[in-house]
Amino acid sequence: MLSAIDQGLIYALLALGVFLTFRILNFADLTVDATFTTGAGTCAILISNGYNPWFAVAAGATAGAIGGGITAFLHLACKIDPLLASILTMLGLYSVNLRIMGRANVSLLGATNIFSPLEDRRLMGSLYSVLALAIFVLIFKFLIDWFLSVDLGLAIMATGDNPSMAASFGVSAARTKTIGLMLANGLTGLCGALMAQYQGFADISGGTGLILIGLASVILGNAVLGTRFMFFSTLGVVVGSVGYRLVIYYALLTPWVKAQDMKIISAVIVVVALVVSQSRVLRDVVGKAKATLRRGVSALVRQFPALRKLGDAVSRLPGFKSLSKLPEPMTAVPNSFSPFADLDSHALARALPIDDDSDDGNSTSALAATTANVGVGLTTSTQEVN
Amino acid sequence: MPMLQISDVSKVFFPGTVNERRALRNVSLSLDEGDFITIIGSNGAGKSTLLNVVSGTIPADSGTISINGVNVTKRSEHAHAQSIARVFQDPLSGTAPHMSIEQNLVIAYTRGRPRLLGRGLSRSRKAFFREQLATLGLGLEDRMSHRVGLLSGGQRQALSLLMASFTHPSLLLLDEHTAALDPQRAELVLGLTQTVVAESHLTALMVTHNMEHALRLGNRLLMMHEGRIIHQLGPDEKAKATVPDLLELFAQSNAKLADRTLLG
Repeated sequence: MLSAIDQGLIYALLALGVFLTFRILNFADLTVDATFTTGAGTCAILISNGYNPWFAVAAGATAGAIGGGITAFLHLACKIDPLLASILTMLGLYSVNLRIMGRANVSLLGATNIFSPLEDRRLMGSLYSVLALAIFVLIFKFLIDWFLSVDLGLAIMATGDNPSMAASFGVSAARTKTIGLMLANGLTGLCGALMAQYQGFADISGGTGLILIGLASVILGNAVLGTRFMFFSTLGVVVGSVGYRLVIYYALLTPWVKAQDMKIISAVIVVVALVVSQSRVLRDVVGKAKATLRRGVSALVRQFPALRKLGDAVSRLPGFKSLSKLPEPMTAVPNSFSPFADLDSHALARALPIDDDSDDGNSTSALAATTANVGVGLTTSTQEVN
Repeated sequence: MPMLQISDVSKVFFPGTVNERRALRNVSLSLDEGDFITIIGSNGAGKSTLLNVVSGTIPADSGTISINGVNVTKRSEHAHAQSIARVFQDPLSGTAPHMSIEQNLVIAYTRGRPRLLGRGLSRSRKAFFREQLATLGLGLEDRMSHRVGLLSGGQRQALSLLMASFTHPSLLLLDEHTAALDPQRAELVLGLTQTVVAESHLTALMVTHNMEHALRLGNRLLMMHEGRIIHQLGPDEKAKATVPDLLELFAQSNAKLADRTLLG
C-alpha cells in the first residue's frame, strides 16, 4: 500500500500540471500524455549513459516544458484550437520520444538513480520513501501556490478566467499561455523522470491515458477539499492523486480482478468521480464532515489557545493570501419597477460558475465539455457546503 | 499636438459578400488632453467599431491612429492596453469572476508594468486598493477577498470603472457602460464616471444611447450615422443643447432613429 502512495505522490506532479492547464489556464491540454514519456525517456537515456540522475531529472523536466512550448506555439502562432494543438503535439512527440529513447523501452536496472540511497537501504515503499516523496511534492505544491500569488501568476489566472478582460489590461495572452503550458508540461516531464527511476524503466507508451488520471486526481481532490482557497485546491490535487492510486491498489487486491483490468478500473474511477462530484450526496457528506471538523477544531482551540497562533501562521502561507471567501448575502436590491429588475440577479446567475466558462472556451470536444461539467459540480458543491 | 488623432479611418466588415457592412467611412477626429467626448448614434452607426479600432481590438482597413504623435495603428491589443483603458457594456467582461476583488485590482494595477515574480498583494498595495475602493462608496473595501462573480452587475461595473481608471491611463474608452444596468445603478456608475474623469483629468470617449447622459457628461459631443460623424458639438454648443435639439439634428440629417435611441 505504501508503494501505491509513493506512486500517487509522484503522479501528483502530473496532476498539478493538469490543474494548471485545465483549471487555472482553462486550456484543454492533452500534451501531457506525450510529455510524460518525453520526460521519462530523456531522463532514462541520460542515466543509462552515465549522467548524474539529478541532472537527468532536470533535463527530463526541461524536455517536457519544451513539449508544452510547442503546443503553445501551435495554438498561439498557428491559431489552432487548444485541444487540436495539443493532440498534434502529442502525435508528433511520439516519434520524437522514440528518437530520444532509441527503442521502445529503456531499462534502468542497476543504474544509480535518485532513489538509490533509499533502495540501497531497502526503504522503497516504506514510510521513509513516502515521507521523502511527500516533502518533494509539497515543495512543488507550495511553489505553485506562491507562483499563483505573484503578479505573473495572477495574470495567468486572469487569462484563464476572462481572456478579454486580461487583454484589456495589457496582459499578453501569448506570454501567459506559453508560460502556463511550459510550467504544466515541465511538471509532467518531471513526473515522468521520477516515475522512470521509480519503476526502473521508461516505456514509449508510459504516458498513454495519463491526462485522464491527472483530471481524475484534480476532480477527486477538489471535490473533497474544495476550491475556495488555492492552498486547498493544490493540496486536494495531491490528495486526489494519492487517493486514485489507493483505489486502484485495493481494486487489484480483489481476487477476481486481474492486472489487465487496470484500464477499465481507471475509467470507472473517473466516471464515478465525475458523477459523485456533481451529486448532492458527496456535497452533503463533505458538508457534514467539514462542519464536524470545524466544531472539533474550535473545541480544540478553546482547550489549547496556543493552537490559534498556529492557525494564524498557516493563514499567512501563500495559498491563503489569495483566498476568496464565500459570498455574503447580496447587498444590492434591484428596483422592482425597473424593466431591468431581474438584471442584477441575472448577471449574478451568469457570473456564478453554474454555466462556467465553457461558453467562452473552445470546448468543442466531449472531453472539454466533460471538464466544464466537472467545474459545475465542484463549484456548486463548494458553494453550498457552508 | 492632439492627444489622440484619428485620421481617415475606414473599416468594412465582410467585404465582397452580401453581408458587407461599412462600419466606418473615412472618420477623422482629434482629441486634446482632457477632452471628454460623448458619442451618440443609432444602432449600427459605427460607434462601437470606432472604439474597437482605437483600442486595437479590430484593425482598421485604412487610415491611421496616433496617440501623442506616435502611430499606433498596427499595435497589438495588449500593447494598446498599456495606455488605453476600457469599460465594456457587459458588466461581466471587465472583471475576472473567479478571482477576488483584490486580485482583479492587482491585474488592473499592473497595467503597463512588467508582471514578474513580485508579490501580487503586498501590504502597501492592499492599503491602496482599500482606499480606492472606499471612493466608490459601495462597501467593497470590506469585501476585498470576495470573488467578483458574486457582486451585482452594478457593483461589477463600478469596479470595472475603478480598475480602468485608477492607473491614470492616457485614454479611457467607455462603450455603453451603463446600458446593461437598471436606472438607479446606471445613475450611480454615471456619477462615478463623471467624478473619476474629472479628478484624474482623463481623456475619454464615451458611447451611449442615452442622449440626456450624452449631454450631461463631457465637453464635446459627436453624432454618428452609418459610419460617419454627422455632427459635432463643441463645448459651448453642447452646454446649450437639449435632447429635443439633438433629435432635431438627427431629423435634419434624415437619420432613421431606432426606438431605443428615442426612448433613451
